Amino acid sequence: MSSATSALNGATWSDGIATVTEAPLQGMITLRGAFSDAKVKKAATSVAGVDMPGQGQANCVETRGICWMSPDELLVLCPYDTVGTNIEKMQAVLGDQHSLCVDVSDARGVFDLSGPRAREVLAKLVPVDLAPDQFTFGMFRRTRMAQVPAAFWLHEDDTFRIICFRSQAQYVFDLLITAAQPGSDVNFF
Amino acid sequence: MSTRLATGGRLLNKDKAVRFTFNGQQMRGFEGDTLASALLANDQMLVGRSFKYHRPRGIVAAGPEEPNALVNLGVEGKFEPNQRATTTELFEGLLATSQNHWPSLEFDVGAINAKLSRFMPAGFYYKMFIHPRPLWKHVYEPFIRQAAGLGQAPKGRDQDTYEHFYAFCDVLVVGGGIAGLIAARSAAKTGARVLLIEQTVHWGGRAPVDGGEVGGKPVDNVVDELVSELKALPNVTMRTRTMGAGVYDHGYVLAYERLTDHAPEADGPRHRLWRIRAGHVVTATGAIERPLSFAGNDIPGVMLASAVRDYVVNYGVSPGDRTVIVTNNDDAYRTASALKAAGLDVPAILDARVLPVDSPLVAQAKAAGIRVLMGHGVSKVLGGKRVTGVAVCSQAGEGAVLEEIACDAVAMSGGWSPVVHLWSHCGGKLLWDNDFAMFRPDVDKAPTGADGSAFVSPAGSANGHFGLAELVGDAHAMGHTAARSTGHNPGKAAAPDAISVEEAAMAPVWLMPQGAGPTLRGKAWLDYQNDVKVSDVQLAAQEGFESVEHAKRYTTLGMATDQGKLSNINGLAILSDALNQPIPQTGTTTFRPPYTPISMGAIAGEARGKVFQPVRRTPLHDWHDANGADWEPVGHWRRPYAYVRSGESVHDAVMRETKNVRENLGLLDASTLGKLIVKGPDAGKFLDMLYTNMMSTLKPGKCRYGLMCSENGFLIDDGVVARIDQDSFLCHTTTGGAERIHGHMEEWLQTEWWDMQVYVANVTEQYAQIAVVGPNARKALEALGGMDVSAEGLGFMEWADGTLGGFDVRAYRISFSGELSYEIAVGASEGQAFWDALMVVGADLGVMPYGTETLHILRAEKGFIMIGDETDGTVIPQDLGLHWALSKKKDDYLGKRAQQRSHMADPERWKLVGLETVDGSVLPDGAYAVADGTNDNGQRNMQGRVTSSYHSPNLNKGIAMGLVLHGPDRMGEVIEFPGTDGTTYKAKIVSPVFYDPDGEKQNV
Repeated sequence: MSSATSALNGATWSDGIATVTEAPLQGMITLRGAFSDAKVKKAATSVAGVDMPGQGQANCVETRGICWMSPDELLVLCPYDTVGTNIEKMQAVLGDQHSLCVDVSDARGVFDLSGPRAREVLAKLVPVDLAPDQFTFGMFRRTRMAQVPAAFWLHEDDTFRIICFRSQAQYVFDLLITAAQPGSDVNFF
Repeated sequence: MSTRLATGGRLLNKDKAVRFTFNGQQMRGFEGDTLASALLANDQMLVGRSFKYHRPRGIVAAGPEEPNALVNLGVEGKFEPNQRATTTELFEGLLATSQNHWPSLEFDVGAINAKLSRFMPAGFYYKMFIHPRPLWKHVYEPFIRQAAGLGQAPKGRDQDTYEHFYAFCDVLVVGGGIAGLIAARSAAKTGARVLLIEQTVHWGGRAPVDGGEVGGKPVDNVVDELVSELKALPNVTMRTRTMGAGVYDHGYVLAYERLTDHAPEADGPRHRLWRIRAGHVVTATGAIERPLSFAGNDIPGVMLASAVRDYVVNYGVSPGDRTVIVTNNDDAYRTASALKAAGLDVPAILDARVLPVDSPLVAQAKAAGIRVLMGHGVSKVLGGKRVTGVAVCSQAGEGAVLEEIACDAVAMSGGWSPVVHLWSHCGGKLLWDNDFAMFRPDVDKAPTGADGSAFVSPAGSANGHFGLAELVGDAHAMGHTAARSTGHNPGKAAAPDAISVEEAAMAPVWLMPQGAGPTLRGKAWLDYQNDVKVSDVQLAAQEGFESVEHAKRYTTLGMATDQGKLSNINGLAILSDALNQPIPQTGTTTFRPPYTPISMGAIAGEARGKVFQPVRRTPLHDWHDANGADWEPVGHWRRPYAYVRSGESVHDAVMRETKNVRENLGLLDASTLGKLIVKGPDAGKFLDMLYTNMMSTLKPGKCRYGLMCSENGFLIDDGVVARIDQDSFLCHTTTGGAERIHGHMEEWLQTEWWDMQVYVANVTEQYAQIAVVGPNARKALEALGGMDVSAEGLGFMEWADGTLGGFDVRAYRISFSGELSYEIAVGASEGQAFWDALMVVGADLGVMPYGTETLHILRAEKGFIMIGDETDGTVIPQDLGLHWALSKKKDDYLGKRAQQRSHMADPERWKLVGLETVDGSVLPDGAYAVADGTNDNGQRNMQGRVTSSYHSPNLNKGIAMGLVLHGPDRMGEVIEFPGTDGTTYKAKIVSPVFYDPDGEKQNV
């Protein structure tokens, strides 16, 4: 419906060493099930249109993708307005297979952190090795960002896509722009 | 006097003068100066007053070990006390003031303490201020607090910003001296990822000052070459102004980068705390020279010999025209050479040793025409606010003065101590080296990681290697060790050649002269910053403080901001002597991080101002804020306590909202309540175990209120469970319970009931949930239009999916207020739009938003319990009269067995009742009801307490709930609650259901 708005209504900031932009609403479906089961895999891949990622990985193309959340949990990404029909499709594929498939699109805030300094801005907030040869395309990390949970992957060169809880979107936005303040270059990577 | 030399000063840019202010006086230095070198260049020898006796104190050292030259820096939002002048880089406009004196540095009233020093020995405070007892709190403590401390506490809000940075590497090398550079190179050559950090702004450490040759080239050239070589390597990162502060388990290291201390107007954070994970740590942290303990060794102008040559060579500063050198080792002779080379006079070298043969350095000094007095020492230093001379004595004697030598400065050297702090932080052991009279790392007892292998290696002088050849070889090898331990192959690369100058053995000298009597010992300082003398440590030993940790605390030796960098070894040597035991038996005190103090700002990092703490916002947060919300923190959430209109008090607003819900229509933002999806073939079985009541019998489309207990039987959460379909439930939790109960469920599923087929998902934030409450609730929803919300279509304790006003919603007909009530869940992204729509249709129905306090009053009027009010972790459902929610049909549920324990089943447990004051006033929340008699401790017996208390505007009186002994059996009885205001409240025990006991209002 047209009245749906993201947590920060598309806030953006670029007055420092990186650009922070709230992404538009992103469809997200939590899928829990045994990955060894063909139906579970098919439920994810059929609506995301990408291959199953390995442990700690994500396969994401534009607004579609699959992120590995835990040994029995995937985050399936799809366009926001297709979530309802996709959950129905997934449930049809899953049939009686013990699994859980639930819409979490509105429970999240999504940010793009971009620019040549994006890696080091993020490295101020997350305890993750973000060296270019250590954190590469296809990797997905659930971690702690300062004081809240977050997850991220490399969306494009020099652009991280970050997911947090919706209630903490303002905090995460403020955190990212604090970490990207002018003159705070680290020159580490 | 101390002054700037015409030549020299390798670290200075003499083309760029820098102006600064010390105690209001304009001074001039050069770019490259430290504040200490610039003060000396301006003949500012006196820089502060000591902590206890207010003795005049001057600069002693040239590095982070400096105990005396602590200053206040900056003003207001840039003010910071206790900054070491020796590690403060000079910048244009620097503003410094000295500390711990009144009215002025030159004339300090507190210096009277020095005259009283014989009455203020070690333990003085403990002995003096213990009697009479009451005086401590009212007289002694305020007085001591007034007198104590060095710098002032900052008053302004810190203007600067700070941040953290997470860095990862294979090998972290701490210390950018010659050893650190070589270790970094040998590790880097193997391909390891190397991070090299140096606390100062310069690479090379002492090597360029002390000289020598490596690979046939002068060592300062070698430093430059190494720096260029390392900078060119892609796998090496180098940072200056970055101090290794602490080493912790699993290769975790904190480093402290000072970004703009030297350029306060620059953009960006002031300090950055590096949170490093290193595969292996090399501590190339160098060594610190020890002072000698002789009378007057604290008079301004007495400096470490190495510091004297640092000032001459690095900064072109002379500490005085005539410098007497006093030493127990050869190294101090290098200071003589440096002074001579600068054209300054060295009237004498007092060497406590008697060498059978002159070593090369001694011979060199003699050849330069310097008078070398072997077997001699300082009886006492002459002078007050600065050195005027030394009285010479025989080291072997008791201090009889043989002659007096006039001088402006004294350069002392008592030998060197490796900086073992970082090695020791995580458990690296030390061994005593008799040849150098020092503790050095025991490389066989290194700090170990999870796999039991060493993860720290000391290198160079930090490992007790002082000759250039040994030092270079050791650093090279340790770089390889570090690389190897991180899976890199060092191959056969050899260490560069270096030549060590032959030096005669040093002689341990802990007191000068060795037979110094009480007068001299009472002026021989060990700890400059805390004013601890040789006599104090001896007294501590005499009084039985034999453990080094006890002696430390009794005397305060090593407890100042320098943490005893200069004083510890000398102090424990004196202690060992007093106890007549070898030094290693005495041992050292514990080395704890940080190496030198780091700013509180750096520790906090970004967490200040608006990102001090994450505030969780519901989808309606901004609306609440714009409509008068008086915020209440609930966990990390902010919820409106009430919506205050102009001209209203918060209490007025609560009363208005509470009445309006009962009479018209209220809207509550209930989005914060936890929502957990529990799904799977075993979901019913699982919930039967988690809740005290039966959930598996719930029909799809129905809701049931449930209680959750811990294994110990105590109530931990409550909420309404809705059965979605055969396999799925939606469990509501309390606001604070969402994450906690989610974790609780996952823990049981993952650790105990792993064979149950159940998945849980936390969808709390997926929905905005709005309670639509009051007699007009149905009318409002019907005005929106869509799904059937009639009494028949959606009965009490039922839920249904549908649309309202075009929004996809899930409507629950549940009530926490006793009114006709619906909770409508809508996608969080549409929450604001849906709320707006409700406000529009509610306009004619008397709609008002209401906050958490109204929620509380409404539920209290109905006698509904609140987790956290009626429960506090010690309350079980039976206490609250919730027996109806404890299933007797189930074999088991979490807490069932615990609730059968004798104490839990005890009829003496206090039980929930309603309480009504006889005069209609409000009982104080938390008040206790008194009973007759006293307990074994002579305290008044208690028979109950208030758990919730409010003024009810609907009933127009105070209502309360409480837990009371035999409460339900004592209806109508009046009990007494003494308040903290001196009055006693009388309250009648009544039913906790004050309003609509038959539930007619919610069932319409």
